Amino acid sequence: MSLQARDKEFLALLGPSGSGKTTLLRVLAGLEEPDSGEVRFDGEDFLALPVRKRKVGMVFQHYALFRHMTVAQNIAFGLTVRPARERPGKAEIKRRVTELLDLVQLQGLEKRFPSQLSGGQRQRVALARALAIEPRMLLLDEPFGALDAQVRRELRRWLRELHDRAGVTTVFVTHDQEEALDLADRVAILKDGELVQLGAPNAVYEHPATPFVFDFLGQACQLPGIVQGRTLTVADWGTAAPEGAPQGAVQVFFRPDEIAFAPADGAGLAAEVLAVAQRGPDVRIDCRIEGVLMELIGHGPTLPAGVAPGLSVRVKPLRPQVYAT
Amino acid sequence: MTAATSSEPMVRVRLPGVALVMVAVSVLVMAGLILLPLYVVFHEALLKGLPQYLEALKEPDAISAIRLTLLVAAIAVPLNAVFGVAAAWAISKFEFRGKSVLLTLIDLPFSISPVVSGLVWVLLFGAQGLFGQWLLDHDLKVIFAVPGLVLATILVTFPFVARELIPLMQQQGADEEAAALTLGASGFTTFRRVTLPNIRWALLYGVLLCNARAMGEFGAVSVVSGHIRGLTNTLPLHVEVLYNDYDSVGAFAAASLLAGLGIVTLVLKTVLEWRHSGELSAGRKH
Repeated sequence: MSLQARDKEFLALLGPSGSGKTTLLRVLAGLEEPDSGEVRFDGEDFLALPVRKRKVGMVFQHYALFRHMTVAQNIAFGLTVRPARERPGKAEIKRRVTELLDLVQLQGLEKRFPSQLSGGQRQRVALARALAIEPRMLLLDEPFGALDAQVRRELRRWLRELHDRAGVTTVFVTHDQEEALDLADRVAILKDGELVQLGAPNAVYEHPATPFVFDFLGQACQLPGIVQGRTLTVADWGTAAPEGAPQGAVQVFFRPDEIAFAPADGAGLAAEVLAVAQRGPDVRIDCRIEGVLMELIGHGPTLPAGVAPGLSVRVKPLRPQVYAT
Repeated sequence: MTAATSSEPMVRVRLPGVALVMVAVSVLVMAGLILLPLYVVFHEALLKGLPQYLEALKEPDAISAIRLTLLVAAIAVPLNAVFGVAAAWAISKFEFRGKSVLLTLIDLPFSISPVVSGLVWVLLFGAQGLFGQWLLDHDLKVIFAVPGLVLATILVTFPFVARELIPLMQQQGADEEAAALTLGASGFTTFRRVTLPNIRWALLYGVLLCNARAMGEFGAVSVVSGHIRGLTNTLPLHVEVLYNDYDSVGAFAAASLLAGLGIVTLVLKTVLEWRHSGELSAGRKH
């Protein structure tokens, strides 16, 4: 596969576990050797450089903070291990550490040990430590993987802001599609070591290249259909085929919440409503379409009055995607 | 990291009668097997008074035995500390072919009789041994000399340091080292500033056990020593020689030194376990 990150870009590597995304990150860092292929940075052959010469800041999934060092010592590590000629003075190192602590909002914690910090704080220390070496590229391995949902969302926004301020190319690995779509400038979707699709979050979400991507990026409903000319037919419902759709028998995918309801004599797929249940802000509608049980999602206030258990309605997918079978 | 620092609450089972019996049995066995012999050692050593006891320790053969024991330990223990760290490092941080073979080899000295551990060196370096003639031609002495004692001691005490470090290093993983490398540290700096501080207490613990065994080793050392008084007798061998000569005060005086070493080791070991349990391997936690 071939993949290129742009300067100052925030790139997400998204894929299920075992898709090779962490391996790819470790290859970029130099912690693993690829069997073949090449890694270039600014035209420079990265594979010829040992890990420590690459100047990549890496944040590990479990942070890998040095447990016997304080927060300040952790952050300063990358500066203190430089050869004597390039090593900044003590005062300069202290100044940098203070600056980075401010940046990651951990002022006053410099004397603590990693074991005395919360997960979110550890993660920020790891980030400050990686930024201390003024990396040419920042690599984040499941940066929010070990945090609970609340902290996760807070840190996500914060990380994005930090990236924009620090202005460094960032590649991060995640298996959480929501995280990738929310954070990244571009998303690379990986499967079994192959790059399946690369693009802006919206482009990828709205035009998934394969059924795998469609399925991976969110919930999916699936029905067989036929494309003839510019018309897509699913059961007795005909609609305009999407741009560039293949001809003949196809698989039709749509999101369970990208639908419109119509009366039983209107246009759309004939559906028999089995159950309706309020789930927080959403309404879950269990129904049978073409003999297939489907869970559709409606949004409370916009749900038409006609949708109730036992009734027949029409369901119109707003943005169906078709893939050759 | 959290797994390493948090300790699981122990599940307590309440069986009052059974617990009492168990504790009583343990205490009785402990008293019979450990405290009683310890008492006997010091009692016999001091049977004819303190001056006699000190006299027995000041005897030239005793002094030489103490010196030799310290010398052998001073060579064998640091070497085994280095071997142990290297082996544990290789096994816990790298994937390579033959890893399980290496792991088995490390445990080998535990599973073979110390007499065999001594005998192999005789078979290799003794007068009739594989390299015996060559050594003779070059006027080198291994068996019935210090090198033989050191080799035998090294072989017997090899597993202590490595065994102590491997579980801890496996549990710590290689992430911190990887992080140090990405931050620009060289391999050696990484080892010195990241790996070594993380294992220091476990290393000390292993060295302590290794040292106790190195100084107390009898079987393997006995085979290669030749029991030349004042020359190749280590402290445990000295005890045997004196005992066979019916010099019970001398024998027990020397034995009391070994017992003292045992007690010091035990105390230090307990202090380590108590103060740094989190940094010893998970299996050592109390």
